[in-house]
Amino acid sequence: MTTPQEVQRPTSPFHGNVRPILNEVLHALDKLLGTNESTTIDLASLPFGPGELEHLEALLGKGELSAELDALGTSSIRETAYPGVWWLEHRNAFDEVVGRYLEITRTPEILSSQDADIVAGRAHLEDQFE
Amino acid sequence: MKKRPTVGEILQAKGVSRRGFLKYCATTASILALPPSMIPRIAEAIENARRPSVIWLSFQECTGCTESLTRSASPTVEGLIFDAISLDYHHTLQAAAGDQAEAARHAAMKENDGNYLVLVDGSIPLGNPGFSTIAGISNVDMLKETVAGAAAVVAIGSCAAFGGIPGADPNPTGAVSVTDLVKDKPVINVPGCPPIPMVMTAVLTQFLTFGQLPALDKFGRPLAFYGQTIHDRCYRRPFYEQGKFAKTFDDEGAKAGWCLYKLGCKGPTTYNACATTKWNSGTSFPIEAGHPCLGCSEPNFWDDGGFYEPLSTGHFDSGEKLAGAAAAGVALGAVAAAAGRRRQAKFMKEG
Ligand code: SF4
Ligand code: SF4
Repeated sequence: MTTPQEVQRPTSPFHGNVRPILNEVLHALDKLLGTNESTTIDLASLPFGPGELEHLEALLGKGELSAELDALGTSSIRETAYPGVWWLEHRNAFDEVVGRYLEITRTPEILSSQDADIVAGRAHLEDQFE
Repeated sequence: MKKRPTVGEILQAKGVSRRGFLKYCATTASILALPPSMIPRIAEAIENARRPSVIWLSFQECTGCTESLTRSASPTVEGLIFDAISLDYHHTLQAAAGDQAEAARHAAMKENDGNYLVLVDGSIPLGNPGFSTIAGISNVDMLKETVAGAAAVVAIGSCAAFGGIPGADPNPTGAVSVTDLVKDKPVINVPGCPPIPMVMTAVLTQFLTFGQLPALDKFGRPLAFYGQTIHDRCYRRPFYEQGKFAKTFDDEGAKAGWCLYKLGCKGPTTYNACATTKWNSGTSFPIEAGHPCLGCSEPNFWDDGGFYEPLSTGHFDSGEKLAGAAAAGVALGAVAAAAGRRRQAKFMKEG
């Protein structure tokens, strides 16, 4: 058994999987500004080494707005420090993360009140008058 | 036949808001490995889908596959099992036993003739029908009888898909796979020991959502999950490219998280989604824990040489495997399979 002569430790949690995503976000912002087109990046479909997802989250930071949704488990919808770049995290009823996305958009669709819910809510309000 | 409610109706009756439904659709797209741009189409399809009847048959197996599925963290699983599908027979999960259970299977078959799904885990012994029986019926007879009126069959786990451990040399029970016996129905293989729960869920969700079966590779595996090797999507790949390998489990290379190729990693010839979908609610996967991939979603992986012998020692023993290795060789070389990977390599060079 030989003793290792040269010991190399990783210098950062980087395996090189974060920068391509930042680049994709940059292009998505150009698309949003140019043609008003939104982009969603499904973070579950990308390879991350230990610590890389947390690193990406820390790099994007926190912006001015964050919201919590309570539907089929909680979800957090939060603008990152880069306006137009949103970090969405969906949890199930057991509080396990079931989806993680970056949305490059003005307002994530899930924040808007939905017609079906408005109709149901309106009917409910009307019932209050009976 | 009484009309089964649509998934939209079920969710509405449960008071799930439209927002909740959109969330459900977003995670479904993720599970199906579809781009987020497909979410509106998924929403429309799910709303109108009627829940299919599912009959689950367990043959020579260890119940690991059922364990894997019922531990699945996807929001659809509690939804899927109890709402979105009608699990009419599963002898581990159902309350009914004996004649009552068999009656439930026959009733589901009759009521949904031509439309139900049969899920199978475990291999089927042909050496002696008495090796494995349920309610006195041999596995092979039960499979043939149940599959006759099915829309499709899903072979869950490496045992059902390829024979698995029971089929490993010397195969004392004469175990065979579902595809060895079922020739006149579509069979989807979802191998793995066990398969990733999300992949099992995805196949069912795809059927439920689009009423169609997914595109398959030459071994009958859904391409969305088995279209790329572990190696193609492995976060240790940059180390592989740089020639940095762990040589023992406790050397500095192992501690620094270098590539596990020389410790026998079968990632380069193994088609599965572990590297991105991961295990235990997306926590990590074996390579992230420092262990090489064993190749558990490939045919006959038990008999395919030592788990800790590098692929380069040439332990391939069949033409089929050699062909697989040659195909994987392309991915091993200069051409990185995924466009994202290419971008990443460029970044690494520049950055
Ligand atoms: S050989 Fe194994 S550890 Fe190395 S990059 Fe490929 S899959 Fe990852
Ligand atoms: S990493 Fe390899 S051996 Fe492990 S579960 Fe995934 S395909 Fe199977």
